[in-house]
Amino acid sequence: MTNQSLQELIGSWSPNLEFNEEGSQYLNVSVPPEELHAIMLNLKQNEQTSLDYLFCLSGVDWGEELGVVYHLESTEFRHSLVVKTQTSDRENPILDSVYDIWATAEFHEREVFDFFGIRFSNHPNLKRLFLTDEWEGFPLRKDYEDNINMIIK
Amino acid sequence: METTTLNSNFKSEEYFINMGPQHPATHGVLRLLLTIDGEIIKKVEPDLGYIHRSIEKMCERDSYQQIVHLTDRMDYLSANINNEAVCLTVENALQLEIPDRVKVIRTIIGELTRISSHCLWWGVMGMDVGALTTYFYGFRDRELLNDIFEETCGARLTMNYNVPGGLMFDIHPNFVKRVKDFIAHFKTKLPEYDRLLTDNIIFQKRTKGVGILSKEDAISFGASGPVGRASGYSCDVRKHHPYSALDKVTFNEALKTEGDTFARYSVRIQEMWESLSIVEQLIDNIPEGEHRVTTKAVIKLPKGEFYQKVETARGELGVYIISTGTKSPYRLKFRSPGFSNLSLLNHIAVGGKIGDLVATMATLDLVIPDIDR
Repeated sequence: MTNQSLQELIGSWSPNLEFNEEGSQYLNVSVPPEELHAIMLNLKQNEQTSLDYLFCLSGVDWGEELGVVYHLESTEFRHSLVVKTQTSDRENPILDSVYDIWATAEFHEREVFDFFGIRFSNHPNLKRLFLTDEWEGFPLRKDYEDNINMIIK
Repeated sequence: METTTLNSNFKSEEYFINMGPQHPATHGVLRLLLTIDGEIIKKVEPDLGYIHRSIEKMCERDSYQQIVHLTDRMDYLSANINNEAVCLTVENALQLEIPDRVKVIRTIIGELTRISSHCLWWGVMGMDVGALTTYFYGFRDRELLNDIFEETCGARLTMNYNVPGGLMFDIHPNFVKRVKDFIAHFKTKLPEYDRLLTDNIIFQKRTKGVGILSKEDAISFGASGPVGRASGYSCDVRKHHPYSALDKVTFNEALKTEGDTFARYSVRIQEMWESLSIVEQLIDNIPEGEHRVTTKAVIKLPKGEFYQKVETARGELGVYIISTGTKSPYRLKFRSPGFSNLSLLNHIAVGGKIGDLVATMATLDLVIPDIDR
């Protein structure tokens, strides 16, 4: 599907989605956290979108908000879509897990939890992946400070 | 704890053991926590982070030229392809016109890197299942490639040959001849690989029907590279999103449908033939021209988001850059093939034996620094 027809189809599912193509080679869609899981499930199961391959899942610290970016591709139609969601609660950020839709998300979400402290509800095994359990703070956040190990120019 | 009765006198029960972080078959510092019942695996849980250096955080303070050097230290066996991935992202973001000469040389060295990586994998794979000889055969041929790389850029492994805008130096005058000599040599040696290991009945019995991954699971787990293709999942980035000179060559995507350890093995052997053919098509036709276009000393990417995928020897490497217009990325994420391929290990190993786990892990071809970025 072309980006335009993708936008028309997905836009008809919910009025709260924002589409953007500027400054990116993919079509971007911002989804509110409370609708994330339903939209994601639709994106995979709908026969026209069929986005069955989650090729990248990244946490991003936007400064005010913490967010997750999902890069999706359809192995059948070879079209791609980028889904973004974010939460402004930095103290206790919670988003829905998508591991039941794409199995690869289980590890990727653990990595995001490890480095950004975003908790994923319904995740089967949400604990630190790379760092030790006693580690304090979340290193990839922009406000993380470590005077010993981090070299700041 | 679950207790099952095998017969009236003997009982078995589950217990757990550590495999690694210093186990030779994990090829690096990976620790697997195995829950086993006798020899049957009930659960595999990887424990990561022994060599995590937080390259992504370092990238947020480094310039784009510096980032290229960090990528060598991820999947060090595909060092040149990793370098290329970052350079391509930066070049596409700047909309730089790259000379054809650079594209062709990058593709040739990328494919030679793939052969070199697969040679090492093949040697180690044999060793893991008890055929020590393969190690020496694999390293013999890989040495020749490393010599070519050394003559080209001075380094044998972490090459750093790519820079945003092209290549650091032009190729050595001997390059074309040596690569042709290698192709002629390797074409006589690759059938030896089959005679030594592929056709060995003991090897086949240890690998066929072991660690089966279905196509649906391969896609869901984000498998890529030979792991995905052995399950019949067409996922070659070189075919679907060609970069550099890969749109100018013809080659077959190595596909198998069995999804077992032997299929993953066969895909890699076939890939070596395909890589040889790609290099053969390009080596006589390296266009004349500049080996580099000049870029500004301080590269600033425009505001926006950029994604580039390439096919390393292990699978799909993605570079995702979010730029705010400064000299360093705001956020840089490496989607590494090994990380996704490791996540499916538990799925395919459960129910098998410990010995099968070693064979299965060998065909996932994990490089730990690629996972612990």
